[in-house]
Amino acid sequence: MSAPLLEVRDLKMHFPVKSGFFSRTKARNFAVDGVNLSINPGETLGLVGESGCGKSTLGRCISRLYQPTAGEILFKDANLAGMSHRQLLPYRQNIQMIFQDPMESLNARHTVGEILEEPFLIHGIGNAQTRRQSVSKLLDTVGLPGRSASRYPFEFSGGQRQRIGIARAIALKPELIICDEPVSALDVSIQSQILNLLMELQKEFNLAYLFIAHDLAVVKHISDRVAIMYLGKIVEQASSNEIYHRPFHPYTQSLISAIPIPDPHHSATRILLKGDVPSPISPPPGCAFHTRCPKASESCQRDVPILKTVAPEHIAACHFAEAP
Amino acid sequence: MITPLLCVSGLTTEFQTDEGLVRAVDGVSFDIPPGGTLGIVGESGCGKSVTALSIMGLLPRPNGNIQSGRIDYRGEDLVAADNARLQRIRGNEISMVFQEPMTALNPVHTIGRQLTEVVAIHTDQSPAEQIRTAVAMLQRVGIPAPELRMTEYPHQLSGGMRQRVVIAIALICEPLLLIADEPTTALDVTIQAQILDLISSLQKDFGMAMIMITHDLGVIAETCEQVVVMYAGQVVEQGSVFDIFDRPKHPYTQGLLRSIPKLTDIPKQPLDIIPGMVPSLHDLPVGCRFANRCQHRAAECDDAGLTVDTVTEGHSVRCLKWRQL
Ligand SMILES: Nc1ncnc2c1ncn2[C@@H]1O[C@H](COP(=O)(O)OP(=O)(O)OP(=O)(O)O)[C@@H](O)[C@H]1O
Ligand SMILES: Nc1ncnc2c1ncn2[C@@H]1O[C@H](COP(=O)(O)OP(=O)(O)OP(=O)(O)O)[C@@H](O)[C@H]1O
Ligand code: SF4
Ligand SMILES: [Mg+2]
Ligand SMILES: [Mg+2]
Repeated sequence: MSAPLLEVRDLKMHFPVKSGFFSRTKARNFAVDGVNLSINPGETLGLVGESGCGKSTLGRCISRLYQPTAGEILFKDANLAGMSHRQLLPYRQNIQMIFQDPMESLNARHTVGEILEEPFLIHGIGNAQTRRQSVSKLLDTVGLPGRSASRYPFEFSGGQRQRIGIARAIALKPELIICDEPVSALDVSIQSQILNLLMELQKEFNLAYLFIAHDLAVVKHISDRVAIMYLGKIVEQASSNEIYHRPFHPYTQSLISAIPIPDPHHSATRILLKGDVPSPISPPPGCAFHTRCPKASESCQRDVPILKTVAPEHIAACHFAEAP
Repeated sequence: MITPLLCVSGLTTEFQTDEGLVRAVDGVSFDIPPGGTLGIVGESGCGKSVTALSIMGLLPRPNGNIQSGRIDYRGEDLVAADNARLQRIRGNEISMVFQEPMTALNPVHTIGRQLTEVVAIHTDQSPAEQIRTAVAMLQRVGIPAPELRMTEYPHQLSGGMRQRVVIAIALICEPLLLIADEPTTALDVTIQAQILDLISSLQKDFGMAMIMITHDLGVIAETCEQVVVMYAGQVVEQGSVFDIFDRPKHPYTQGLLRSIPKLTDIPKQPLDIIPGMVPSLHDLPVGCRFANRCQHRAAECDDAGLTVDTVTEGHSVRCLKWRQL
């Protein structure tokens, strides 16, 4: 087996929480709480989980927008976790991000041409002429007309803006892109255009993706492997097909059963979960899922389940993990 | 034939904007029998919410106006009804649930006050009875410790809880028609499943009719009997849920169904796509509005006067070429 491009070991990101004015007890938000994962070159790892479970935080730690509290981020054998800004510089162009709302990350006062030229300028690559050529090549690669360079982001539709965001992310030929809900805000008919573009670019440039989304059908379609996250931890991981056909963790089982199927002949047999996701500020003891789990027993309230192999290339963290 | 509860015909709604008059809804027609469920699906900006707001009499004035058409509710044309009459109907007979629960809730009033207020307007219950009705309704929508929740404010609840409260407010007077505009889009799938389950069980209990607005074809397939597909302000196809999913006739409906990733797909295969994008409402073609994205487009598709054609009883399509496809 080839060496992974990225290996994350026991990564933690605990945010301090302001708890009252003069309060001395410092509460913490255990947003990411001991995550292990790896991504191979050219591979897509999907990351799924409910709102607030720590997906974006994990992505931002890996791209080092955040300084993680603990753990290792091994990227091509260098540990990015503790690096200073200066030390990180040579790695920055290698790991890029794509966001749900590209407007938030695109400077509205710059033309698309300027936005796409910026990465080359920052890293001192090429001269004015070669940069212009690179920009028009990028536009072509993501399927935007060449004249887009002189326009501003607000003149584009949501789908086109996402293409601009993708063009900027691939400008410096990164090896890993963190895609944080890149199609969640788009219309169904535009979603498939962007998903196809991402899959084509992956083949062409041997890109690896960490693909974050809450739509399991989308994630399943684009990913080689899928990791399911709950309250700061990965609770299950397997190949896309395996996780859908044979989920072992009760949370994954209910997540999959909850997806509305676009077929009126299909009759859903739902595993309805009780209640809401608990707060990551005071995660339940033992298995964090026990408050909603249909299988929970006494030991679940006490003992933290660890990820163990339940089938080849398939891990799950549940005391009662079993195939459906 | 059953008399429809609601019959929308030729609804045309326009907005006065800086760039001129915009026709957001153009000749929309459909009807719903008592207790029936109709889904409206379509791309962002195609006029789903404006259709709902037109029915509710909640268009932003003075910019938004119903230019023509009728909305017949139990034999009464709501387009012609005055404000006082509409207000009596709203919340009592026709209720609406919006996508973002916070917009429907008043942040400075307790949950209890917001529920009892609705009961007070529409019934002659005593204050003590109003509270009992409110608590019972919170219980009914699955809110634990309802007495306690009555004293809390919206920000103290999770997103899923808030949407339950909004549903409780919408249903507390047992309306005959519920319009749900993307009621679960802002929620997680496991919470969405709870809310959809709740809505359909309440619908059965109360025998109420529902318009479900969503862009999620999965939600449509699971909850609706009739489906209206909208595109750029017009209905391009409508029929039973089986007409739409099993024998779609419009190239847009067909393309939409083909382009969604399905859990049964083989991963990493290219998806079918609908190329291009929706035309701007400021710059609509005179012919078929889907023509610029349609693979079956012929010269005559660009001519004015495209009308709706009947495929079978109850199934209609706005496409010139549907017979040849
Ligand atoms: N910069 C920050 N400072 C403090 N707390 C944060 C910060 N970013 C995220 N959090 C908290 O960390 C937890 C995880 O948030 P995160 O945004 O990673 O979730 P997510 O899985 O991406 O959710 P969503 O699906 O809603 O995007 C949440 O409780 C959130 O409030
Ligand atoms: N108050 C308004 N003033 C001017 N134009 C408006 C107004 N409200 C809606 N529109 C326009 O009417 C059209 C239809 O809007 P509508 O909100 O019905 O779309 P929708 O189908 O509900 O979309 P979405 O899926 O994004 O909710 C849009 O092009 C929108 O710009
Ligand atoms: S009318 Fe013509 S362009 Fe429009 S959908 Fe039908 S075939 Fe396509
Ligand atoms: Mg996020
Ligand atoms: Mg809307």
